[in-house]
Amino acid sequence: MRSRRAAARGRTAWFGAAGLRALAFGDLRRRGVVPVVAVYALLAAIGYVYLYPLLFMAVNSLKSLDDLLNSSVKWIPTAWYPDNYQRAAKVMGFWPVLGQGLVAAALPALAGTVAASVVGYGFARFRFPLRGLWFALVLATFVLPPQVTMIPEFLMYRRLGLIGSVASFIVPALLGQGLRAAVFILIFHQFTRMLPKSMEEAAVVDGAGPLKIFLEIFVPLSGPAFLVSFLFGFVWYWNETYLASLYFQDTWKTLPLQLSRFVASYERMYPQGQNVRDRLNEGIKMAGTVLTILPVLVIYIVLQRWFVEGVDRTGITGE
Amino acid sequence: MRPLGNEKRQALHGYAFVAPWIAGFLALKAWPLAYSLWLSFRAVRVTPRGIRTTLAGLANYTAAFLQDTQFTGNVVTFLRNLVLSVPVILVFSLIIAMLINWPMRLKTLFRTIFFLPVIITSGPVISELVSQGAATVPTIERYGIYQAIEANLPPALAAPVTYLFSQIILILWFSGVQILLFLAGLQKMDKSMYEAARIDGATAWEMFWKVTLPELRPIVLVNAVYTIVTLATFSGNEVMVQVQDAAFRPGQGFGYASALAWVHFVLVVLCLGVAVLVVGTGDRRSRRA
Repeated sequence: MRSRRAAARGRTAWFGAAGLRALAFGDLRRRGVVPVVAVYALLAAIGYVYLYPLLFMAVNSLKSLDDLLNSSVKWIPTAWYPDNYQRAAKVMGFWPVLGQGLVAAALPALAGTVAASVVGYGFARFRFPLRGLWFALVLATFVLPPQVTMIPEFLMYRRLGLIGSVASFIVPALLGQGLRAAVFILIFHQFTRMLPKSMEEAAVVDGAGPLKIFLEIFVPLSGPAFLVSFLFGFVWYWNETYLASLYFQDTWKTLPLQLSRFVASYERMYPQGQNVRDRLNEGIKMAGTVLTILPVLVIYIVLQRWFVEGVDRTGITGE
Repeated sequence: MRPLGNEKRQALHGYAFVAPWIAGFLALKAWPLAYSLWLSFRAVRVTPRGIRTTLAGLANYTAAFLQDTQFTGNVVTFLRNLVLSVPVILVFSLIIAMLINWPMRLKTLFRTIFFLPVIITSGPVISELVSQGAATVPTIERYGIYQAIEANLPPALAAPVTYLFSQIILILWFSGVQILLFLAGLQKMDKSMYEAARIDGATAWEMFWKVTLPELRPIVLVNAVYTIVTLATFSGNEVMVQVQDAAFRPGQGFGYASALAWVHFVLVVLCLGVAVLVVGTGDRRSRRA
């Protein structure tokens, strides 16, 4: 604090005690070396803690049984050992299940995005009776744990013949009741309010109906909201296993579901007891875990800007 | 937007746009909600010809608390973890957001790292990581911190503290969205308030408590709600797992599972109420001003 006051009196030269203090701790014009180093060190340390499970996963998935048992091998396996991946991919049925999982995440996300755009736009652009009540109910559905309505929904879907197919995810999403649908409706609501109204007003004067305005003015302007909503929907549906295992039963598979059944599937494929090398070990399990997160990880790395800035861009934090 | 006198048309168009949601809400939320409440007071048997229910009164609820050996334990564990995790997540994500908010290089890199868990977190992945010991920092174990805690604290205190240390990565992994929301809030902050405070001689510490935190209060509340809901509905949540198991377990069934789900729901709503009371909405402050 003293250095700051000293600096405020005039420009400090980089010599003498006051100058050194300003260099270390900063003054009004620039930050000192010490706080900058401290912040970087802190962020790097926390970043390491964040990435530790991923590093652990990646390294152990490449270890052979010998490396796993050898306690002196920690971070660098002695040899490149991709067999774990071959085995894990075989146990999970990787390629067909990847396809099914992509469908089971993309279609509901798309349906949910379309529904949220229509509903969010409706809430933001029109005044109608009970609008506040309905909007409060939208937000309230966010709080409702899915397992409260899970059983009646399960019975309903079974009667409708939706159980065992992706339709059990798509139908609710189309009706604005998909996974965390309230978040997406809120995104479109906020985004609509951020858009200038003048173009829509001009279209009204030209005699355009609301549907035409929505499709020809709002949709082309709302690319970011659509993309963010789809991406988050995709990721959340991809990672959903609770409802997926209930609704899909065994007829439709996703990678996270396969991971949760990994041990049982493995033992069916490689019966116990013959060769030690055939037993399930951590390396194979970690390879299965890597395979499960790899698709979303790739999407995130390519499109990370949209995930991270999306929260801001769509104005969900409010203005 | 439209000339006055068009109120009816506005209402019609508005309802046309939100109709899918209203239909979905009535069919997929309101009715199932009522049905599951009704089921929770019934004994349900699934027969080949459909579902037979008989009135059970409060039997499902009393069984949950008096006979079920797991349920009370699961609920207590969930509540304890919630009470410990939510403040840690909120404080941690605020600190991270303030650190990232510094104008600096690598800002994007750090944001990307801290948001990463939101993308990859799912029940099976987490349980796989936990079972392999990848969810704890080995350094904590190596230096015998657990033993030190258990030797020096009374058991009632030691258990929560060890929980925090052993679960620290998982707790941090649930902070991704919260960090972004805090960051967005910090970036929208009015710079002139800090300048005014600095001219009045406020220290950075005072500015945090008197300017930053009050301004962020609505976001703190949103984050608290978001954290509670995420933790309560996460696939790996012990109560959720039990509800799903109970639904298809002989001798328990749909009625019993519905009762458990309702108990859980009521508890979550109560937790949200507590969060609102603790954090406050900030209304009183603005009224005084």
